[in-house]
Amino acid sequence: MTRTKIALAGEGGQGVQSVAKILVEAGYETGKQVLYIPNFGVEQRGGVSIAFCQISDTKIGEPRYSKADIVIMLSDRAIDRCTTYIDENTTVVYDTSVCTKKPEVKCKKLIGVDANLIANTELSARVFNIIILGVLLEATHVLGLEDIKNAMEHALGKKFDAKPELRELNYKALERGMNLLKEKAGV
Amino acid sequence: MVQVLDLPPVLPNAQDEEAGASKFCPGCGHGMVLKTLAFAIDDLNIKDKTVFGCDIGCSLLSWNYMDVDSVQTHHGRTTPVIYGVTRANPEIIGIAYMGDGGGLAIGAQHLVNAAVRGEKMLAILVNNTNYGMTGGQMAPTTMPGQKTETTPYGRDCSVTGKPAKGAEMVSSIVDPEKTYVARATVSNLRALRKTFKKALNNVQQGGFSFVEVLSVCPLNWRTNNVDTWGRLKTMEEFFEVKEFVSREGLEG
Amino acid sequence: MVNKLIKEDTKMFLTGNEVLAYAANAAEADFMYGYPITPQNEIMHTWCKLLPKTEAGFLQTEDEISAGFSTIGGILAGRRAFTATAGPGNVIMQDAMSMAEMMRIPFVCAVMQRGGPSTATVIYAQQETTLTCFGGNGEGYRIVYSTAGHQDLFDYMIKAFNTAWKYKFPTFILADGYQGKMREPVMLYDPASRGITMEKTPAILRSGVSADMKANHIRNTFNLEEELMEELDKYEEEFNRIAPEIEEYEEYKADDAEILIIAHGIVARSAMTAIDELREKGIKAGLFRPITIRPLAVKPLRAACQRAKQILFTESANGQLARMVLEKIYGITTPYSTLYKMGVGVTGDDLVQKVESMVKTPAAI
Repeated sequence: MTRTKIALAGEGGQGVQSVAKILVEAGYETGKQVLYIPNFGVEQRGGVSIAFCQISDTKIGEPRYSKADIVIMLSDRAIDRCTTYIDENTTVVYDTSVCTKKPEVKCKKLIGVDANLIANTELSARVFNIIILGVLLEATHVLGLEDIKNAMEHALGKKFDAKPELRELNYKALERGMNLLKEKAGV
Repeated sequence: MVQVLDLPPVLPNAQDEEAGASKFCPGCGHGMVLKTLAFAIDDLNIKDKTVFGCDIGCSLLSWNYMDVDSVQTHHGRTTPVIYGVTRANPEIIGIAYMGDGGGLAIGAQHLVNAAVRGEKMLAILVNNTNYGMTGGQMAPTTMPGQKTETTPYGRDCSVTGKPAKGAEMVSSIVDPEKTYVARATVSNLRALRKTFKKALNNVQQGGFSFVEVLSVCPLNWRTNNVDTWGRLKTMEEFFEVKEFVSREGLEG
Repeated sequence: MVNKLIKEDTKMFLTGNEVLAYAANAAEADFMYGYPITPQNEIMHTWCKLLPKTEAGFLQTEDEISAGFSTIGGILAGRRAFTATAGPGNVIMQDAMSMAEMMRIPFVCAVMQRGGPSTATVIYAQQETTLTCFGGNGEGYRIVYSTAGHQDLFDYMIKAFNTAWKYKFPTFILADGYQGKMREPVMLYDPASRGITMEKTPAILRSGVSADMKANHIRNTFNLEEELMEELDKYEEEFNRIAPEIEEYEEYKADDAEILIIAHGIVARSAMTAIDELREKGIKAGLFRPITIRPLAVKPLRAACQRAKQILFTESANGQLARMVLEKIYGITTPYSTLYKMGVGVTGDDLVQKVESMVKTPAAI
């Protein structure tokens, strides 16, 4: 499979688009073909926020796809909105510490993670989306950890320089997310 | 004894003599306004910097009147075309020439915003209290009780609101230090010429100028000379003829 | 004179709206007039952010009517000026576009389509195809490039200025919200490095008309019907004469295609995805993508339609392109089917399913 189709959905303010930007930026920097469409309806503030990302080794045709390879859903409303992008080939990840329901979908793999809880209790609420980025990284296997770290530096470098402990916190969150999926993937 | 005038009329340099006789109706005020404007341009010696734009409506007939590069635009759209020109080339003195509709109805938002932004241009609004070219309908400026094709029983202000006062409106929204706003009348062309000169001088200093000129439309008013003059005098009582806004030391 | 930012080939990862601003600068456009409407805002955002470097001009107007007409003013004053709009903004800007059509003003506008009619969605559609080609109270003497991604946006925005100034017909980039908002890699370059010379933009309304120069009076009104027709007959003759120089199209595996998909803009990209998948399944599908929606490349279009056994029209609209195409392929009896999703993206999967169904049950129209 040379093309990976990702849908990332959450509530406005959860940092979904920032994560998507880092992901596609990393893909771009490593010379892959990437295409990213932020969901930008009138509901973009305070509504469900979806990022449609594609990372590919070959030229990308369709900008929007019917079914994704990976769908990450970070709220109940995101589950409602994104079920349409799921089929039997889709890996579905949802946050059990935000969603109050389990997605009822036929899919390749359904994985629940409690990233929000971990962020709040172990790290910081601010790096919730970075944990998700880690989850995504582990789920896709199209990009390396270093690629993502470089892209994070690109996006957050100024903040990191001002507060070096932030860099560590973000790295920790990223790795925590990756491990989270590794643990779950075996289940 | 009949004396034949064999001398041609004195034409301002800024008027295009090739355009020939005025295309306006007999007795129309537009010719007077335009000729006075051309004299003012001569007085200031700015013909080579001026670009003239006219609206649709009777003012469209002025498209080849002036001996300067001119553009005949579209209903209500002279103001944005002219500030488009002067934004693109601030050396140009842009004049937007329009009627009641172009300034106060279909093109009102452009006049308002050009005034607020202080666009470097002169907007001239010829107020003859009706839409002439389309056959004499009510204009925003139609006088209370005035009969037009769309107010055949006289303008009823309880239904249509009161006449719009362009100069007052513009005065209330402009930066007084950069703007010139006046209402003048074709009953006093000497004063009109002075008004135009002040307005153009203000534009030369980078400001926005608005001149409303009270004018006559005997054809649609269905008035003879005496009544036309009388109606103009009534208008001058209703629409105050004066300078509303003027920056200090502006010469006319 | 505007400062060009792109001096050598530069690969960037941008949104389409950003690409358009860079393309306008690369084309040495030096003034933008505009009014905010989603999804094209970032064109003017980017343009404004770059102003200290480019030393170009910008005016945020009071509405799209004034954006259109002040762009005309800027062009008349000799600037390579342009504007951009979308949806309802495109509707009210038709006032200015019509005037540009009548007065042969080299008007350039990027249209980033959104859902319609009226406010509808701010996201995406192909529902401004008819409007952009034929809007206004005229005959559609306009040139319209429909782009399918960021490289197109850059290439054709540059080309649009030259087309407009060379032929003096209003020229449009017809894109959409997806293209405006999505991010993908694009190669930016200096047009000169590709052998492209920008057309000169002499002022039509001049300052400094000296005594020995005749004043230029340009008009938008005719007194007589015949006067108008005489003028428009000239436009018609000229438009038809230059059409072959302007027409552009792209074919993808269309040579031996039994099912020919006709699509423009971003939908054509989905068609390519679908065609690759269908070919793997042994179904001979191909694409004809008009790049110029107006004028259409009629000869190759007819040839491709004639060759195919079936045609599939697909659009994020209810057949706006199909109507234009059907008129031009009059007499060709190849049956066709349609897949229209009004204001919604057409995916590769949508097209695969549709074409497969056409293989099973051939089109009857």
